[in-house]
Amino acid sequence: MVKSILLVGVGGQGTILASKLLTTGLMEAGYDVKMSEIHGMSQRGGSVSSQVRYGDKVESSVIEVGGADILVSFEKMEALRWLKYLKPAGKVVVNDYEINSMPILSGKFDYPAGILEELSSKVPTKIVCAAKQAAELGNPKVMNIILLGTIIKSMGLEAIHWEKIIRDNVKAQFVELNVKALAVGMSLV
Amino acid sequence: MKKLLTGNEAVARGAFEAGVKFASAYPGTPSTEILENIATYKKDILAEWAPNEKVALEAVIGASIAGARAIASMKHVGVNVAADPLFTYAYTGVNGGMVLVTADEPGQHSSQNEQDNRNYAKFAKIAMLEPTDSQEAKDMTKAAFEISEKYDTPVLLRMTTRVCHSKGIVACKDREEVGIKDYVKNTKKYITVPAHARILRLKVEERLQKLLEFSNNTSLNYIEWNSNKIGVIASGGCCSYAKEVFGDSASYLKLGFTHPLPTEKIKEFCNKVEKVYIIEENDPYIEEQVRLLGFECIGKDLIPFCGELTPDVIRKAIYGKENPSIDYDADKVVPRPPTLCAGCPHRGFFYTIGKRKNLLVSGDIGCYTLGFAEPYNAMDYNICMGASISAGHGAQQVFSMQENLPMRAVAVLGDSTFFHTGINSLLGVAYNQSNTITVILDNRITGMTGHQENPGSGYTLQGKETTPVDIEKLVRACGIEQVKVINPNDLTTVENALDWALSLHEPAVIITRWPCVLKKFSPQDKEEFRGTFTKRCTVDAEVCVGCRSCIKTGCPAIFFDKTSKKANIGLDCVGCEVCLQVCPKQAIRKEEA
Ligand SMILES: Cc1ncc(C[n+]2csc(CCOP(=O)(O)OP(=O)(O)O)c2C)c(N)n1
Ligand code: SF4
Ligand code: SF4
Ligand code: SF4
Repeated sequence: MVKSILLVGVGGQGTILASKLLTTGLMEAGYDVKMSEIHGMSQRGGSVSSQVRYGDKVESSVIEVGGADILVSFEKMEALRWLKYLKPAGKVVVNDYEINSMPILSGKFDYPAGILEELSSKVPTKIVCAAKQAAELGNPKVMNIILLGTIIKSMGLEAIHWEKIIRDNVKAQFVELNVKALAVGMSLV
Repeated sequence: MKKLLTGNEAVARGAFEAGVKFASAYPGTPSTEILENIATYKKDILAEWAPNEKVALEAVIGASIAGARAIASMKHVGVNVAADPLFTYAYTGVNGGMVLVTADEPGQHSSQNEQDNRNYAKFAKIAMLEPTDSQEAKDMTKAAFEISEKYDTPVLLRMTTRVCHSKGIVACKDREEVGIKDYVKNTKKYITVPAHARILRLKVEERLQKLLEFSNNTSLNYIEWNSNKIGVIASGGCCSYAKEVFGDSASYLKLGFTHPLPTEKIKEFCNKVEKVYIIEENDPYIEEQVRLLGFECIGKDLIPFCGELTPDVIRKAIYGKENPSIDYDADKVVPRPPTLCAGCPHRGFFYTIGKRKNLLVSGDIGCYTLGFAEPYNAMDYNICMGASISAGHGAQQVFSMQENLPMRAVAVLGDSTFFHTGINSLLGVAYNQSNTITVILDNRITGMTGHQENPGSGYTLQGKETTPVDIEKLVRACGIEQVKVINPNDLTTVENALDWALSLHEPAVIITRWPCVLKKFSPQDKEEFRGTFTKRCTVDAEVCVGCRSCIKTGCPAIFFDKTSKKANIGLDCVGCEVCLQVCPKQAIRKEEA
């Protein structure tokens, strides 16, 4: 059985670190893992995705339309942009956090209303406020690790030694904070 | 030891394990991280950024002639730039093994075209390998060096974006120290005067015959038998996609060594299956060979010519439908186009030039290409790296032929692009004296591809301090007498510089010198740009009249608050002061120090 996790967000939100920790944990747990990340240009602020697939044997790193078991969106509107990649029986974790794109900033468009309602009416949707939780932990940057926590819990991957994975991959002074953030994330779903 | 590596990291690991001594490249998505990762093996490999791909390949050829295993890497269009040395080194053959990695972009995630560089292997008559995943990327890099030395050929290792940027588990081994071969002068092999080259030409054909035999026998090309109803032939990333779609219902001929193609194995496979599908991205490279061998197959008549062949695309092409997915209102989603960063040094220039009439802005490739878009609309075309100046020159010459035509050509390019091939183009302007205006947007780094050092930045790839090129002096040495260096954030200065250049009847160059916001400052930058990006600007809501002029600078840090009907500046502001100069009411202020 191959499982597919789709992490989406906006450049600079830390999806890359989250997917790195996730895939490292999956590998150490003995799964075959493949991951695809398309990032072209270096300017901040574009739509980004990390596609993670794991199981006994994984062929393609790419998640196809209707292929993801879970869609975790670090930004609200991005969840809707990527929803067609979710299996009809899949679930969504969405961060209730808005980042305005240029056409919104310039006033050409409004930030779309009713996204959470649209998502919730179509699939089981868990809404989290990772930004608020991160601020409570004292560092807005750990939003990504909180969201990683929601993935781990949602996919039933709690048994993996995440603390060790964090210790091996994160700067020493941030380990404790990240471990806490992960626990917060796991408690949200 | 097992590691989770991207395809690019795996190629770097393969080069390390294969005993490579020298590596060179010019950055370009999706190939950039190959050399960046090779550079981390500092003790064992000398890794250098070259100013362009031709220089990179030539340096690698020299290293190979001198006896070392050497590797060059570049994006697909980079091979166009490096094609000249490639085609001749294909004749002479190698001393130390030589591998050229081409990173192709089916789907054009960040490229100007979708050329299929498998054609280059055929065209140059050299060996080619195509890995499917990271493990193969590492293994095939090593195999490529063996093949290169055994068959006396440069080897093309063809990657694609997904293979480059996907991670998979790779079993790593130790480095095999192969040393450096003796250099022995051999003019019959390496001096390519016609008398020698005609002999080499024949050897190339003989080599192709031997490579064909290898192709038919190597385990890099193998058959996986399942059903004899359907047979799938695929190479590279497409193999994994095909397996997702056909699973065990098909047999596979998996091609890893793809030039020359294994004609005997293809015949064996096609003879045994009822229906043959060829799954390949872009050109019908394998398909044409299969048809030439007299087999019917299903290929480009069903499978798209362009874009990536992800499993959903194949599924749709073959079965007429994708997997079921959720039906929802996607119209709500607003696009998220790339934009110049808050405080980008290119903004002041494009904001200013975008307001002028009767200009043809001859563009180039870099972050600054976004000058074409809203709200600047300040670029007319871009062709390939370095073409801004030469194409601008051609346009200016034609404008100048027409009396009373007020049009002027302004060529715009970045520092790295200028070093790449812009220098040659500027020589053409100086030599032929067109009154082309050239603007070099020197943001002190190679921005677009992720901030690589370049000949102007003062540092090498492996972190050594080096002599930075003085662009102004270089421009003057080319024969351009009218040169100005300006700060692009000062809008009046930009206006004045443009007026000055437009008033001249000879070539002029404007150099804007200000660092990219995302550049990691060197000690020299800290000195030169002291205090830059440390203070924010804010809008005084009392003074703001909501005219939106500041919004038209296109800075993502400024937004218009529809409820208060006033402008507002976010925390991502770095205080470049461009919006501040635009506000007619002086409502924008910079924080005090
Ligand atoms: C032949 C070729 N090689 C490489 C690239 C990839 N590439 C696109 S833009 C760019 C660098 C641009 O740097 P610079 O000119 O300094 O402009 P900046 O992005 O910093 O504004 C590179 C290497 C390409 N498009 N074509
Ligand atoms: S990365 Fe640098 S050059 Fe590119 S848009 Fe951002 S600030 Fe400008
Ligand atoms: S000063 Fe104005 S233009 Fe510059 S970064 Fe701040 S908001 Fe953007
Ligand atoms: S330009 Fe000045 S007055 Fe106009 S909206 Fe911006 S801050 Fe307000």
